[in-house]
Amino acid sequence: MKTLITLNINGDAREIYIDARRSLLDILRDELALMGAHRGCDSGDCGACTVIVNGQPVTSCMMLAADWNGAEILTVEGMAKDGQLHPIQRALVEKGGIQCGFCTPGFVMNIKALLDENPKPTEAEARAWLAGNLCRCTGYAKIIEAVMSVAEESA
Amino acid sequence: MNSFDHFTPATLTEALSILAERNGNASIIAGGTDLLLRVKNHIVKPAAVLNVKRVPELRALSFDSNEGLRVGALTTLRDLTRSPLIRDCYPVLASAAGLMASEQIRSLATLGGNLCNASPSADLAPPLIALDAVACLVSLSSERQIPLAEFFTGPGRSVLQKGELLKEIIVPPPQGKTAYLKHSPRAFMDIAIVGAAVRIQQQGGKCQQARIVLGAVAPTPLRVRSGEESLEGQTLTSEVIRQAAKISAESCSPISDVRSAAWYRKRMVEVLVRRGIEATL
Repeated sequence: MKTLITLNINGDAREIYIDARRSLLDILRDELALMGAHRGCDSGDCGACTVIVNGQPVTSCMMLAADWNGAEILTVEGMAKDGQLHPIQRALVEKGGIQCGFCTPGFVMNIKALLDENPKPTEAEARAWLAGNLCRCTGYAKIIEAVMSVAEESA
Repeated sequence: MNSFDHFTPATLTEALSILAERNGNASIIAGGTDLLLRVKNHIVKPAAVLNVKRVPELRALSFDSNEGLRVGALTTLRDLTRSPLIRDCYPVLASAAGLMASEQIRSLATLGGNLCNASPSADLAPPLIALDAVACLVSLSSERQIPLAEFFTGPGRSVLQKGELLKEIIVPPPQGKTAYLKHSPRAFMDIAIVGAAVRIQQQGGKCQQARIVLGAVAPTPLRVRSGEESLEGQTLTSEVIRQAAKISAESCSPISDVRSAAWYRKRMVEVLVRRGIEATL
């Protein structure tokens, strides 16, 4: 059964015919060619597919796209502006918070959600918030350094 | 994944009509974090999926000092951790919700889903039962209330009948102090190997009313009445507290599984119940 839904993705309203079985992640990657959200575990554990929906960070692999008609979605593709990296992306690059890069888009989006709500987190708060993002290169120290440096800049 | 019909009702009546038409053979999706895992793993093959996220009647969140709290089934774990109402009047619910899963999953997962999936380790069940919460169940033909302590009938099973939905939970005005302690190997992103909720109401230096409710150590969340009775009417000395903790450990029937051995769960029940009581003093 195909359903017509509208998703507002990075500021653009997109009308899409979707199969009700497809996850939001499936639609982003396979229908809209937005490859930033990654498919890691496909079961909500790794956070690589994190996007921001209606202002909240979510694992897009655990959502039926059909359930989210009309949602406002921000993906990593919507973060850089005018060819300039978002400060969170720049901090991850500068602090060495990227190794293989597979987990990075998910981290970028969840860090954005964190700093939108709490611009000055403690390190413990940042670690707790990011518990649902796994980095298999285990580069957590640098990622947390990057978060704290962005929080610092926003002083 | 097999194909299924997908419905997004806009009202409770519409949702219940679809459920009734399908004779209950529709999977209800709210947060989806449990259901989609099971569908992806071919454990559940729904013929129809009923998305209840647009049903406004499932979104109650209000407090009255006589009636207590009404909290709708669609309330997300994130809502529970953020709501000033919950944080002020029922802080144990905010903290229990915050112990679950990740920020991303808490944005999706709902109170109703946590309860209706009826996992023995569901973190919201013990504190809600300790608070004497009542579940409101609705179908096209009836509306009924049942103590949450009687809602669960086994792993993944509850008293919900075909065609029935969990509408909301009613929690009486808070009496005494409630604590929920969760033990899991990892601090985050983990399922409880033991959960223990304790509520203690004291008057004149004596325990007037006690609740001890355990998670993950029986087929359903378990209220330990003998442990509660050992506290009621007593001054809560360390001896009395230890005795209640011991009774609690003896009353549960945990299994050994990938997360923990049964003997270890029993030992941890004793520790958590003791610490839980101490946390309410």
